[in-house]
Amino acid sequence: MSSSLSQRLYKRIERFIVPVLLLAGWETFSRSGILPPALLPAPSQVMLAWADWIFTTDGNTQSYSGRWLSDIAASSGRVFAGFLIATVLGVGIGMSIGWSRQVEALIEPTLQTLRPIPPVSWIPLAIIWFGIADKPAIFLVFMGSFFPVLLSTIHGVKTCDRNLLRAGAMTGGTPAKLLRHIVFPAALPSIFSGLRIAIGSAWMLTVTAEMVAVKSGVGYVLWDSYYFLRYDIVIASMVSIGLLGFLSDYAIKYIAGRVLRWQRGSTLQAKEG
Amino acid sequence: MALITIDNVSRVFEDSQRKQVVTALDNVSIQVKRNEFLCLLGPSGCGKSTLLNMIAGFDKPSSGTVTVGGQVITEPGADRGVVFQQANLMPWLPVWENVAFHLKMRGASKAERREKAQRYIEMVGLKGFENHFPSELSGGMNQRVGIARALLMNPEVILMDEPFGALDEQTKMDMHGELIRIWRESQSTIVFVTHGIDESLALGTHVAVMSARPGRIRELLPIELERPRDPTSAAFNDYKRHILSLLRPETVKESA
Repeated sequence: MSSSLSQRLYKRIERFIVPVLLLAGWETFSRSGILPPALLPAPSQVMLAWADWIFTTDGNTQSYSGRWLSDIAASSGRVFAGFLIATVLGVGIGMSIGWSRQVEALIEPTLQTLRPIPPVSWIPLAIIWFGIADKPAIFLVFMGSFFPVLLSTIHGVKTCDRNLLRAGAMTGGTPAKLLRHIVFPAALPSIFSGLRIAIGSAWMLTVTAEMVAVKSGVGYVLWDSYYFLRYDIVIASMVSIGLLGFLSDYAIKYIAGRVLRWQRGSTLQAKEG
Repeated sequence: MALITIDNVSRVFEDSQRKQVVTALDNVSIQVKRNEFLCLLGPSGCGKSTLLNMIAGFDKPSSGTVTVGGQVITEPGADRGVVFQQANLMPWLPVWENVAFHLKMRGASKAERREKAQRYIEMVGLKGFENHFPSELSGGMNQRVGIARALLMNPEVILMDEPFGALDEQTKMDMHGELIRIWRESQSTIVFVTHGIDESLALGTHVAVMSARPGRIRELLPIELERPRDPTSAAFNDYKRHILSLLRPETVKESA
């Protein structure tokens, strides 16, 4: 047996081993009858429900049949909007706080007091302010992703090498130019790790908001099918959310890999991208 | 007419934690003419880097003035190119962008920056490495990028703070040869901080020997040696002996 061949084969299947084992175990357990099948639907049953939710195969998901794309589009739209606002404001305000002691003294204490408040505790206010629609969800996503972006931006700016700023001043850079051409790029690695934490919170809060304050999206489907005891759809929703979260994180990682190309080969972190 | 005039400059650091006052520079006066290559030579803590930083505008004298080209220095500026001890390149920019960083600060177009960078990249012998990132280059190559970045600004003065301190002996000697060639080609004026006697004698038209605590100029030596300088020659070693005699008793006396 050629070891290099088996090694190559192993490399190929490496990342699928654990998921496949989990699914097989789950399927076996569900079919064993230890639990009533309705409480833990087997993966095969989840797949049937999911397929109908996506493609309208046999109509088993009834009113959701064939609506998967519009459901994930609704959720993704909210994530994207809230995340975008959080990124713009988080990076902008974070840069000002990191750069200027005056701005820091003015607004950082306030922000640090707001930060420990769990984003979900804003739900009542979000509903009375924005009603039942996209806006409260976007607001919650913003609340959840703003602080990770803010803190990582501040950290990135504050850890910028002073000597690079000296070099910049030596080449005749004004403070505004130094901020844009030295401090910002120097903070980017830190900003990107903040974005990756933020996108996780963003999905968490979209789903939460959809459970209570919105009548569409994957989170709404999840909670609604719970009322109808359709745990297969509940699980299909959970997996959909996991998948979308994974894809959006992958997208950020991919962009980070392109933007932070210069780190390749010089840091351990760069290898994973 | 001197290009750089350092007039009765003192620099006092207040150490608030230990409630001490440290005099880094005590009443230093020195003049550098256009096209000279001045080496500031002295032990650690003699204030040679402090003096250089004041010419660069990173630091201000407690008393006295530093003038370059008739202008009193108050802040860093592109008329004085600095080559740092660590190259201090922007790690996210490729070599050519680092070399042309001054033009970026002035808002020049990408095409102009790329074109102007090329001449200096070739001058420091980095043709073929234009698109490499600093992390992909050796320490000596990064210092060349730093030198090219300073040269591109076409500054009145180039200030170098132990730029070859981290390099091995062989690379250092190569860089000395290159630096002398560049100094002649670009007709620039250089102030070069070092603690190496051999290095100062290999490079300078003048060597200012400094003493520590408080930092003072012991003697300003014009170096009349032919180039390329031979560190094994008798004349070279005469200078060396003289500098050693300046450095040795001083340290004993000062610490007593």
